[in-house]
Amino acid sequence: MEKVYINSIGSISAQKTFDNSDFLEEIVTYEDNIIPVIEPNYKDFIPPAAARRMAKGIKMGVVASKIALEEANLTDIDAIITGTGMGCVRDSEKFVTAILDNNEQFLTPTSFIQSTHNTVAGQIALGIGCKGYNFTYVHSSVSFESALIDAFMQLEQKEAENILVGGVDESGEHTNAINKLIHHIKPEKINSKELLHSKTGGAVFGEGANFFVLSNKKQDYSYAQLLGVKTYNTLAKSDLLANLEVFLKENNLSFADIDVLIIGNNGDIDYDNYYSELTNGPFKDTQQVAYKHLSGEFNTASAFGFWLGAKILRTQQIPSPVALNAIKNKGFENVLLYNQYRGKNHSFTLLRRC
Amino acid sequence: MSTGVAITGMGIISAIGNNVAENYSSLLEGRTGISHISKIDTVHKGSIMVGEIIFTNAELEAKLGLGPNNNYSRTALLGAIAAKEAIEDAKITNIKAYRTGLISSTSVGGMDMTEKFYYDYLESEANRRYIEGHHAGDSTEKIAEQLGIDQSLVTTISTACSSAANAIMFGARLIKTGKLDRVIVGGADCLSKFTINGFNTLMILSDTYNTPFDENRKGLNLGEAAAYLVLESESLVKKEKKKVLGYVVGYGNANDAYHQTASSENGDGATLAMEKALAVAGLEPKDIDYINAHGTATGNNDLSEGRAIIRVFGEDVPEFSSTKAYTGHTLAAAGAIEAVYSILSLQNNIIYPNLNFKTPMKEFSLIPQTSLKEKALNTVLSNSLGFGGNCSTLIFSK
Repeated sequence: MEKVYINSIGSISAQKTFDNSDFLEEIVTYEDNIIPVIEPNYKDFIPPAAARRMAKGIKMGVVASKIALEEANLTDIDAIITGTGMGCVRDSEKFVTAILDNNEQFLTPTSFIQSTHNTVAGQIALGIGCKGYNFTYVHSSVSFESALIDAFMQLEQKEAENILVGGVDESGEHTNAINKLIHHIKPEKINSKELLHSKTGGAVFGEGANFFVLSNKKQDYSYAQLLGVKTYNTLAKSDLLANLEVFLKENNLSFADIDVLIIGNNGDIDYDNYYSELTNGPFKDTQQVAYKHLSGEFNTASAFGFWLGAKILRTQQIPSPVALNAIKNKGFENVLLYNQYRGKNHSFTLLRRC
Repeated sequence: MSTGVAITGMGIISAIGNNVAENYSSLLEGRTGISHISKIDTVHKGSIMVGEIIFTNAELEAKLGLGPNNNYSRTALLGAIAAKEAIEDAKITNIKAYRTGLISSTSVGGMDMTEKFYYDYLESEANRRYIEGHHAGDSTEKIAEQLGIDQSLVTTISTACSSAANAIMFGARLIKTGKLDRVIVGGADCLSKFTINGFNTLMILSDTYNTPFDENRKGLNLGEAAAYLVLESESLVKKEKKKVLGYVVGYGNANDAYHQTASSENGDGATLAMEKALAVAGLEPKDIDYINAHGTATGNNDLSEGRAIIRVFGEDVPEFSSTKAYTGHTLAAAGAIEAVYSILSLQNNIIYPNLNFKTPMKEFSLIPQTSLKEKALNTVLSNSLGFGGNCSTLIFSK
């Protein structure tokens, strides 16, 4: 079986991450319960006429994938696999609104077409003329990890050499409004520096696109090796560590081998206690890192965590805004990511320095 | 030929039947499920026809024993019914005895409830429980819960009209690589105003019964349905002495990379998907005994798919038919519906008629099978083609 590497990255997030030479040097802090991405100048990447027609999610996905493909010096790719929790949700909202407000009359197809979940993967394929395998996973907080599992299997089995994998979600006004009503979004605006110590329920919602070229050909510029990914639809807190131990063992590792733990805590007092099982347990004296105070919570926010893990392994640095403690500042070999959303759809991802 | 992945159970609910047996008898009797719409309050009621499932949501909830405060979308209700039949068919009594996953697919998800309560949510608390039921993964989570699948790989694929074929493909690969011992694969989609109006704006809905591969075809009828297969590893099948219904021997996915919604005139994506599936199966085109075509009866699909079939099969195209005239186009579920029909074909050595066909298309000389035909079948190829250029082919064998 082949080893799998992260050969390049492309990120559009609520931080200025679209420039790969930068690593969170300037942090943007927010005082809100919904935070947007910092957009690159799309015209640098997409012809303006095309960009005008594209939904935000498509633009973010197309540009993040372009950044990743350019960094890997690729113009074509064997497969495109995306994850998205909600697809281009703004267009879904636009189409529903038009149906309801005009009693199903005077509708145009654009927003319906763009609302289809695989529209970003389809547009990337169209843009680069890629006729290869094209999949989209849409399963809440494991959408991106499902895409990773698929790509990992194909690369391990040598069914492909380079696969573009990404997670993308855009923020939608109505979706945010109703998520406030059911308290999945925090009632109060909160400073991102305080978020992880919040004492209230709900999260700060965000958006983003994080794309990667995964390959079974290691390059000088490879960021990290992807050792394994595993997802669980349910996991009781009491079963978390036992399952993690099994996962690590499957990769010939134990708790003590992990140099950096990257967790997806989002400041929701009702669900962050899952992460405490790890941070107060076997990883109490391990270097810990968090990221959702920088990115916001969204279905594919864990792809931003994956981006962070890749960056840490390549640069061998942990920017202070993401460090939860100060245990270790060099010699990072194995990175473990753990994420879940509202106690469901858990994932473990293992990265190694290469 | 590759040995493939064993199918040990299947379940289905569609406009032509509420279980596998009912679907099969409708297929034999040439009984269409297409009718005027009765369950959705839409202004297009008089001008379109659809493939509706007879049960109301309340009847489906009762079948599943759900309480009044449940937040199941119709997609989740249909999915749970079909998936439960599949588990029963596979005679699975302890789902936890083996590493069991669920790969489902949907395009509509919980949109039926969202469009109903969209503004109501803002005004009243009464229906807010459905907010969490909107996202595409929710129906899958509920099906997993209904089947008792926990702490496992459970995910959802949404690649428009090829979704369920892709769920079957991913599931087969998870078994092949030993990641799971057993996986339930398929898809579910209910009808909604969202899809009715979406396809209507694209002007590809027929105002009468759809006529796949006919020169005078006027477009598709939407349908609602759910279907699931149980795939099991070779060692599990041996150990438990499971009855095997058929095998997934080939699969291929490719992208047309031509247009957001339309298929290329030459059917590049569909050609590639069929070629890949044949290669995975280790089969030649001449080895395929029957093609269950995607055949949606839109001008564009049938031309593109027909040309792709000719490119792959040349002069020797085996019998082919589309079953969309029975069920309507069931979107994300279609690949699973037609997988069940393909297995039934293999089991019974039966080719279904392509209903409503009258006039051959002028672009080529392809003529679908128009009457029920008995033929010794060893392999069936099934196509699913979707928006975003997504093209998938599955090959099933005895």
